[in-house]
Amino acid sequence: MTIQQLSVFIENHPGNLNKVLAVLADNSINIKALTIADTADFGIVRLIVSDPQKAFNALRDKHFSVQLQDILSVEMAPEPGSLYHILNLFATENVSLEYVYAFSYGSKSTLVLRTDNREKAVEIIRKNNLKSVTEADLK
Amino acid sequence: MIWNRDIECMSRDEMRKLQDRRLIDLVAKVYNHVPFYKRKMDELGVKPTDIKGIEDIPKLPFTYKQDLRDNYPFGLFAVPMKDIVRVHGSSGTTGKPTTVGYTRNDIENWKEVTARCFSMAGITSKDIVQVSYGYGLFTGGLGAHYGAENVGCSVIPMSGGNTRRQLQLMCDFGSTVLACTPSYALHMADAMKDFGYSIDDMKLRVGVFGAEPWTEAMRHELEKKLHIHAHDIYGLSEIMGPGVSMDCEYHDGLHIHEDHFFPEIVDPETKEPLPDGTEGELVFTTLTKEGIPLLRYNTRDLSTLNHEPCACGRTLVRMRKITGRSDDMLIIRGVNLFPSQIEHVLLELGETSAHYILYVDRQNNLDTLELQVELDENHMLDTIRDLQMLTRRIEHALNSACGLTIKVTLVQPKTIARSEGKAIRVVDKRKK
Repeated sequence: MTIQQLSVFIENHPGNLNKVLAVLADNSINIKALTIADTADFGIVRLIVSDPQKAFNALRDKHFSVQLQDILSVEMAPEPGSLYHILNLFATENVSLEYVYAFSYGSKSTLVLRTDNREKAVEIIRKNNLKSVTEADLK
Repeated sequence: MIWNRDIECMSRDEMRKLQDRRLIDLVAKVYNHVPFYKRKMDELGVKPTDIKGIEDIPKLPFTYKQDLRDNYPFGLFAVPMKDIVRVHGSSGTTGKPTTVGYTRNDIENWKEVTARCFSMAGITSKDIVQVSYGYGLFTGGLGAHYGAENVGCSVIPMSGGNTRRQLQLMCDFGSTVLACTPSYALHMADAMKDFGYSIDDMKLRVGVFGAEPWTEAMRHELEKKLHIHAHDIYGLSEIMGPGVSMDCEYHDGLHIHEDHFFPEIVDPETKEPLPDGTEGELVFTTLTKEGIPLLRYNTRDLSTLNHEPCACGRTLVRMRKITGRSDDMLIIRGVNLFPSQIEHVLLELGETSAHYILYVDRQNNLDTLELQVELDENHMLDTIRDLQMLTRRIEHALNSACGLTIKVTLVQPKTIARSEGKAIRVVDKRKK
């Protein structure tokens, strides 16, 4: 029920995101999802890519502060209310979301989420038979 | 107005004889009572009897700030603690302050020299003196306080901060003298409007400013904005505190109270004594100090000396206004800060790289500090909250270690310029 996600630290300056993207382009890495969390001074770019380990190595070589981690992901039905339904399961169990984003590939939609209680989140996914997404599903 | 005409206008010959006598006594005292100096002098092969007067002073060892740290807290004191009536500390050193102790006589002498300083600025017993230097371990507040009280002024012990209240009491009490750092004086001047005051509400006529280097241009600005005569008071806790020297109404250098503090200028590289007019490191020997007497204490402040008599009638040697230092110490809101302290904190936390750059600026006339720290390539955090908590941990550790508020900004690894030689750790954007 996890996929690999890259988190890259960037300062808030014009052109900084493009430096990350240039490294990925140069290494023929495809981006499946990208989201940015920002503050006044810096941001975190979170990426789901075609070859996470290769992307991680390439970014490290260019001295980016980058983290590769397994992150929870579940499939969403392509219909109104499905995101609400899933997140409600976490809310009723009092699990807090640190961040959440979604992306589509083919005809499917995937939800990516980090919570303050990973064990409990896994339990909720299992108990409710949520369809998990793995790295292989993204190929 | 001259507080002690006998000393301040003494002939050079008489002054030299006084200094000769006092130096001979001092050297015997430190050799016999301070193991640090006995060892230092033995190493150099100098005996107290070799010192027959001021001309022998180059034979004596230097003392550095590090020596005070190494002998923390009371290792350099020359008298037992029962004879110490006061302890002060210099601000902002790595963990440990440098401590100094005063006997009752030391306090009397301090009162004497600060009273001379206040008189030099034309301050009399009719004045109401608002002391807005910090009171506490820092020597500024109590040093200025005792001097003003000795002159007979009405002293208002405000201490620093709380600008609104400073201005309110300045107005209500009719303070005629303001004693604080020049940057805080400028801040107060500019804040008046914000709090509904104008300079016409105030009775200020004199400013006694010190604890940080400032320029002639700053003097003119302060005089214009506050409608005062602004004077520069110099001092450091290791030697006494404020009152080591002060400029008179001619503002042509600061008169050093050389009957207590014997000054030399030495070459920053060779440490050889330099003649009048040549810039070098300012060195003091505390001729009368009992608590913590120091031989040839190197302040690392850069200045020149001038032994010509002054138009004011004083014969006391004058030092040029301090314009810089021979080491990398910064003075921020009167607090001493060495870049090495920052490095120490970062290494101790070990959560970022130790590559940093400190930006010093002055906003609304108050010094501001921003520290940019490179995030460690191997230490990425995935959430904004974790990164902000890291920032706060660093800010908190810096505040504990330096006593200063420093804004921390995380930057990408390898983005702070590496230099071939000495790394550039500090960018001081304050106007000189």
